[in-house]
Amino acid sequence: MIKKTILNETHRSLGARMVDFGGWDMPVNYGSQIDEHHQVRHAAGMFDVSHMTVVDVSGVQATAFLRYLLANDVAKLTRQGKALYSCMLNDDAGIIDDLIVYYLDDSNYRLVVNASTRDKDLAWMEQQAADFDVRVDERPALAMIAVQGPKARQKVCPLLPDRLGLSAAEIKPFSACWFGEWFVGRTGYTGEDGFEIILPEDKAVGFWQQLIEVGVKPCGLGARDTLRLEAGMNLYGQDMDETKNPLESGLTWTIAWLPDDRDFIGKKALAAIQQQGQTDKFVGLLLQDKGILRGHQQVVLPDGQTGEVTSGGYSPTLERSIAFARVPASIADNCDIDMRGKLKKATVVKPCFVRQGQIQITL
Amino acid sequence: MSNTPDDRKYAESHEWALLEDDGTIRVGITDHAQELLGDLVFVELPQIGQSVGKGEECSVVESVKAASDIYSPISGEIIAINESLEDEPEMINHAPYEDGWIFIVQPIDPNELDELLDDEGYQAFIDED
Repeated sequence: MIKKTILNETHRSLGARMVDFGGWDMPVNYGSQIDEHHQVRHAAGMFDVSHMTVVDVSGVQATAFLRYLLANDVAKLTRQGKALYSCMLNDDAGIIDDLIVYYLDDSNYRLVVNASTRDKDLAWMEQQAADFDVRVDERPALAMIAVQGPKARQKVCPLLPDRLGLSAAEIKPFSACWFGEWFVGRTGYTGEDGFEIILPEDKAVGFWQQLIEVGVKPCGLGARDTLRLEAGMNLYGQDMDETKNPLESGLTWTIAWLPDDRDFIGKKALAAIQQQGQTDKFVGLLLQDKGILRGHQQVVLPDGQTGEVTSGGYSPTLERSIAFARVPASIADNCDIDMRGKLKKATVVKPCFVRQGQIQITL
Repeated sequence: MSNTPDDRKYAESHEWALLEDDGTIRVGITDHAQELLGDLVFVELPQIGQSVGKGEECSVVESVKAASDIYSPISGEIIAINESLEDEPEMINHAPYEDGWIFIVQPIDPNELDELLDDEGYQAFIDED
């Protein structure tokens, strides 16, 4: 049975093209994906991301548990509401999932994990939690709406209940505030400013309609994908999975090696991999010839070594095709991409193409 | 609701074929196909002079979502291609039956057109999905 979010009927009445997105019936676009993409870069767009999984971790050992569970260190979180991006690794340092963890207080954290990995994530967390005095509670009755773009915050704040709008207007990037069941994080997956709002399901349709009334445009998961690709943000299942470690996935920056005395799941394996010298590197690609880069295309280095495109597509901001790729570390500035048997030229760039409406690479 | 004009024939792989006054056949993709694909961002055109068999892949259209092969609905030789699609692939979204045409074939046997679906047949075919 395909799963539906509380906004399913709303999407359909707006004329959305719906697709099966990892078992969820979700809008891929409401007309033009490219228009939706530009709307987020230039004004404000919103996404129903209620399929994502919210998990609350509570208990006297919540901090100790998460310091062991996650490769990044929640001890870095000292201000209430502060968020941290982290990988959750298995014992071999393979990536079980990537997630955002918010610090509520020393005994309470909120995690947002991927929808496609929900079952295995919850099972893994439950299993690891057995040794700690903590509770792991999924919060399925919450909806989640991401409002993103340079005008997102000014559109959202007046619509939030009670004084939450005032608090939300004040929070710094990568921080959250909350009121009752409403939770507002200044986070996102587009490279633009904005909020991700977790709210009670019975409030979601009304809030969505209010956002439309103030000019926030509904955007599908298609635009969400091109926005995150331009912003250099990895997608679980495409850019990394349990067979890949953070070092070869462009996520070295998310590993907290220090303090030395903190152990976390996968640390030993990861240290051994690093010691041996890493073979593959995670890069950005900009296609110089005509065509479109796509996941699984082969990357060919001048010396004949090969790598693979992990995510690729058309960048509406650059009007060029861009990609992420996992390639031999010896790669220099240029490579070829095998596109249906023909080799097309691409240049190697940092995997961050557009942020805050600004192009980050040389075209 | 997609649009299916009655002046041309259709393939189940979602191309249309229009018999021109000079006996050549203009080919493009249907409104239904462009809707399914989403915004088009690249078209790999066939070569002029290339010979194609009926049902043979000879072009590729790429949307924001995926790449999709275009099959010639008729056997013959490619005698013209719509070069403006190189800069404006979105023309296929805006006018799939007019300015968004892809190539023109000089057919070997124009009777092959009879093997394709008419507008009602194609509409019934896509309504089954």
